[in-house]
Amino acid sequence: MTAELLEGSLAIARAALLADCRFFAGYPMTPFTELLEHMAEALPTEGGVCINAESELEAVGMAWGALATGARAATGSTGQGLALMQESLSEITRAELPLVVFHMARGQFDYTQATRGGGHGDYRHLVLAPSDVQEAVELTQLAFHLADHWRNPVQIYGDFFLAHTYESVELAPLDLPALPEKEWAVDGRLGGSGRSRNLNPLGMEKGAKGIEPERFWVRLQEKHDRMAETEMRHEAFACEDAELVIVAFGSLARFARSVVQELRAEGVRVGLFRPISLWPFPAPALSEAASGARRVAVLEQNGGQMIDDVRLAVLGRAPVEAIGGISSDDAGFGVGDLYAPAEIRRRVEAALAARGGVQ
Amino acid sequence: MSDDRPAPPTVPIDRPPEEAAKRLGHFRPRLLLHEDHDLCPGCGEPVAIRILLDAIEELGCAESAIGVIGIGCYTAFTSTLDVDLVQALHGRAPSVATGAKRMRPDCLLFTLQGDGDMVNEGLQEVLHTAARGEAVTCVLLNNGVFGETGGHMTATTTLGQRTKNSLEGRDAAYHGHPIRIGDLIAPLGGTAYAARGSVHDAASVVKTKAMLRRAFEAQLEGRGFSFVEILTMCPTGWFVPTAEGPDYLENVLRPVHFTGELKNAERCVTTEQLLEENAAAEREAAARGARQPAR
Ligand code: SF4
Repeated sequence: MTAELLEGSLAIARAALLADCRFFAGYPMTPFTELLEHMAEALPTEGGVCINAESELEAVGMAWGALATGARAATGSTGQGLALMQESLSEITRAELPLVVFHMARGQFDYTQATRGGGHGDYRHLVLAPSDVQEAVELTQLAFHLADHWRNPVQIYGDFFLAHTYESVELAPLDLPALPEKEWAVDGRLGGSGRSRNLNPLGMEKGAKGIEPERFWVRLQEKHDRMAETEMRHEAFACEDAELVIVAFGSLARFARSVVQELRAEGVRVGLFRPISLWPFPAPALSEAASGARRVAVLEQNGGQMIDDVRLAVLGRAPVEAIGGISSDDAGFGVGDLYAPAEIRRRVEAALAARGGVQ
Repeated sequence: MSDDRPAPPTVPIDRPPEEAAKRLGHFRPRLLLHEDHDLCPGCGEPVAIRILLDAIEELGCAESAIGVIGIGCYTAFTSTLDVDLVQALHGRAPSVATGAKRMRPDCLLFTLQGDGDMVNEGLQEVLHTAARGEAVTCVLLNNGVFGETGGHMTATTTLGQRTKNSLEGRDAAYHGHPIRIGDLIAPLGGTAYAARGSVHDAASVVKTKAMLRRAFEAQLEGRGFSFVEILTMCPTGWFVPTAEGPDYLENVLRPVHFTGELKNAERCVTTEQLLEENAAAEREAAARGARQPAR
């Protein structure tokens, strides 16, 4: 397998095809647009379908229908567009359809939207946040697998930087376990047999009179609990003896990592904890990584959203403070100050100084 | 005839029979799992769903049909219709059907939506699906109100019609005008067939079933998008006695959402043109001295 130089969006589109994605629908919105363009170009030539939907509402609805037939299907947008899709996203979750959502956010201020959702009802999505293009290729394939495995939507949380960066990547298929047949998918063939199917987010079952909301809810809730226990992913870098643990995710974590490397080379005991799954948040691993730290610094590109999850993980054992904030440039897409290692270093040093200066 | 034969029973016609008539046959369509439903007495939806199932069966599509059901009283049918179904949200059924049809082009894809579902919340979805010429059949059950929420105004509620949130009757100056959705769908390039039927009397039921068949045929022949609107009774949402449902439909809904074929292989007309054609036929019939106006 040889490496290729690919733009993030194209690499993700190619990874989706590698994962046998057959259907894609989307509506252009920066920085999701390029992913839609690549899918529109590549899917039809691979025998799949890509529809340029007339709105985000329609895009997610179309993906819903394709998923119902058992096809691997995906949609996506940026935070604003995903806000429009929320109603369907929660219904699709309750109908247990394996949607993959590419959330190409403008920055990181959609953390709460991605991890909590804005839809109605009790629902959860697995949310994976790659920090570089190679990881995006792997997590995209994993997303399709996990969606089918759990019969639950999985989000890839990317951003402007990931979508537009050219990197050298290897597009190797992941070796993933086999999945059961999709017995539940509709194909019309069982009509009139008494065994026809009903893909229903309301808990209504074929042949049953009325609904048993409690039983339906308990079943879904137990599934989400199992997902929460088994799907936590993270990377802990130089955290073992760290006095200050920086918590960062996605593209921003790459810049934090280089600052940690720089400071470590100077003998400063800092580490980086990077949640790869934003939901479920890898709280036990963070608790462990921060167990010897005197301070935890949360670097995120927003007004303080992930910091809630960090605080819950650390549970008061060390002070947790925000060192991020809004990072904007003239283009308005968030590739600003926080993507400069020098600026991150300045903020990390300030955090270190706050507890008595850099060693 | 010998004189000792008993006289035939006389059927009183001046009052209702003391005993209900015995059922002569078993009417349950094969594609209905059981007869129980929770819809109100006098509701038009079970009749509409029955002719929909019959049309699917008659066209030999029972084993290739996928339905996408919107939100409304008929949502309860998702557990009793014996065809593969996907329950969608308000307004979204045409998009969901689009995704399913693109992945399973050999299946007969139909949607079932109410007027609140399709014309209020999902107006743009059904229009875009029609414009795209998507090979699906969208069926609208139009009773002019949100039946399930208890009789509120929808985008198809006629002027003067009283609903729970237009208590003095729908007033154009205050509530706006009703939308004749068929008139928006029919002229679109992707639409192959569009019709408006009703289930308020036996003749209308027969005609509407033929419309459903023609709509499905348009889909099966790959001619594009097809649409059938069915006016249904909602005595509960209209606050009229059950027995008055059909008359209310005839006198309130049908003059606005007039029934007939809006688009077929030969022509594309508006509801206004259907109304004019009907008025002309009535005048002609009256001139001939016919007692019944043409319908
Ligand atoms: S409320 Fe209206 S539409 Fe709903 S079941 Fe009753 S009569 Fe039918």
